[in-house]
Amino acid sequence: MNTFKAAIAASTLLACASVSQATDLEVTHWWTSGGEAAAVAEFAKAFDATGNKWVDGAIAGGGNTARPVFISRITGGDPMAATQFNHGRQAEELVQAGLMRDFTELAEKEGWKNFVRPVSLLDGCTVDGKIYCVPINIHSWQWLWLSHKAFADAGVPVPTNWDEFVAAAPALEKAGKVPLAIGGQPWQRTGAFNVLIPAIAGKETFLKVYQDKDEAVAAGPEMAKVFKAADDARRMAANSNVQDWNQATNLVITGQAGGQIMGDWAQGEFQVAGQVAGTDYSCLPGLGVNELISVGGDAFYFPIQKDEAKTKAQEVLASVMLSPETQVAFNLKKGSVPVRGDVDLAAANDCMKKGLDILAKGNTIPDPPRLNTEDTNNQLNDLFVEFFATPSMTPEDAQKRYADIIAKAD
Amino acid sequence: MATETSKRPNTLFRNLNAKIASLPMIFTALVVFVGGTVWTVVYSFTNSRLLPRLQFVGLDQYERLWSTPRWLASIENLMIYGVLSLIFSLTIGFVLAALLDQKIRFESVFRTIILYPFALSFIVTGLVWQWLLNPDFGVQHFVRGLGWETFTFNPLYDQSIVIYGILIAALWQGTGLVMCLMLAGLRGIDEDIWKAARVDGIPMWKTYIFIVIPMMRPVFVTTLVIIASGIVRVYDLVVAQTSGGPGHASEVPAKYVYDYMFSAQNLGQGFAASTMMLLTVLIVVVPWAYLEFGGRNKRG
Repeated sequence: MNTFKAAIAASTLLACASVSQATDLEVTHWWTSGGEAAAVAEFAKAFDATGNKWVDGAIAGGGNTARPVFISRITGGDPMAATQFNHGRQAEELVQAGLMRDFTELAEKEGWKNFVRPVSLLDGCTVDGKIYCVPINIHSWQWLWLSHKAFADAGVPVPTNWDEFVAAAPALEKAGKVPLAIGGQPWQRTGAFNVLIPAIAGKETFLKVYQDKDEAVAAGPEMAKVFKAADDARRMAANSNVQDWNQATNLVITGQAGGQIMGDWAQGEFQVAGQVAGTDYSCLPGLGVNELISVGGDAFYFPIQKDEAKTKAQEVLASVMLSPETQVAFNLKKGSVPVRGDVDLAAANDCMKKGLDILAKGNTIPDPPRLNTEDTNNQLNDLFVEFFATPSMTPEDAQKRYADIIAKAD
Repeated sequence: MATETSKRPNTLFRNLNAKIASLPMIFTALVVFVGGTVWTVVYSFTNSRLLPRLQFVGLDQYERLWSTPRWLASIENLMIYGVLSLIFSLTIGFVLAALLDQKIRFESVFRTIILYPFALSFIVTGLVWQWLLNPDFGVQHFVRGLGWETFTFNPLYDQSIVIYGILIAALWQGTGLVMCLMLAGLRGIDEDIWKAARVDGIPMWKTYIFIVIPMMRPVFVTTLVIIASGIVRVYDLVVAQTSGGPGHASEVPAKYVYDYMFSAQNLGQGFAASTMMLLTVLIVVVPWAYLEFGGRNKRG
């Protein structure tokens, strides 16, 4: 018994000793798939190397599950040291309520404005002229991932745009494949639809609907075409009985599904599976129709801490996340594009290079979640969950309800 | 206990210790339950988003609520689920209790087996039944394996019958409790009544329906309230089994409240929906309270 007590005492001492040297920072995020976990481990490694300790607080189940947990912890007075959100309006009210730490000083000292590219990423972090978050990657939704194996099995060439893909669907079905894999989570349906808008109806329409909330355009003929395409997508995805996005990606990786509309984070999954872009799979930005990508992504917010040491360590973490080495290491694993314009991306693969090219040309659109409140996004989720699951719901009905939501959005 | 007539005029200070001891609970009940309820109702008239704020917008949240297809679907599902679950759990529960009451052997074994599912949470129940009803792994797969190749039974993937799939799971979980309550009620019936009925030559089923059940009224009312409150707040079972799908075919009001309060960051809308749920509960509870407490004087 005495040895047991001694052991306890010793371990307590050790624990105390390590606390006095390093600061533990709890970082919460919703990165749990294979590729994501590998990427976040890079952050942890880099932060631990500064002598502090990264305490991982991953919450499985995607942003919709994780965000309520983050928010209730922050508003409930038990804030974590840093937490992931998507840029834009998700954390808007928390910032306005003064719960998030202002990083303007550090940003000026390190000159974030000089190297963060595109600068609009920092705008997403800015409220009333002050910077409240650290953008860490650029993600774009507008990608169509295609499995070469599935098309080979079906005996049709790999499509180069959305229309060819739709045309190839019957052949895929005949070969026992699911033409289009869409997971059951609501955001995946809305996401896929939001990708169809700029691809089918163009940038103008997209901006009019989401930025200006123009009801007439949302109910107009251009959007009717998009709903027509969504109807095709619904038919093609009728047999995909998976829930999570990475399960859907896995259908593409294993050749059970022809393709998937998913953001560039899917790339991490292909990488973990050891697939090579161009030979095992293809990626079509903007569905191969309109090469536009949205500039959104993940950012870390730092809730205000009571502990002095933690406040200091938050700054260290912020610098580490933006340092060139960590940016490259993290983003290569994650499949996203670094936020720094001055880093070397020789290791980037084909798909990533396509993304970088489009980014360099400036063919970008804002990310829908940045333009809409979570409330509007949720209403859209509700609509598309119903639309994709109800074959009897006509595209016209769906469009009418869509226009209603846009009209009432703020 | 408190029915003996007091000799001292001031009853406020009788049993002072007990009254002081119950103050924290009274305080909790007033602040947490009543206070929280009032707060929710007040904020349901505001346009609160992520954080509560007092900007009143009148009935806007309610107008939006009642024009939302998902909410309407939730209400409809709750009605179907509620009515069927009430009928079936009372009937099955009572029949099981009556069967167990026939002085059979191993009664306690059967009682335990039937009550056992009640020990599982709704989440576990939901997951178990999700697997059982999954066409690729569960009942359908099993029956097809026996040779009936065209046998189809996949309620969870069919919009028109998914709510019955949830009902099956709920009945499996809940009827045990109803049975136990009913059994307790049956045991409370005087043996002499049975003897008298037998002397008069009344068949057993008639004795049950016309004599025993009316005598068990209090037990039925209590059971009804327990089942009804369970129906209104059904949430975890749906989340575990179908997460509301396919489409909105198995959405329930409690899930709407949660989704809009937390993931949609729209507290006002969530509060409006939960106020509507409160109203439903009141509609159930007020007649019950009236029957239970208002009726006592008449019966003496």
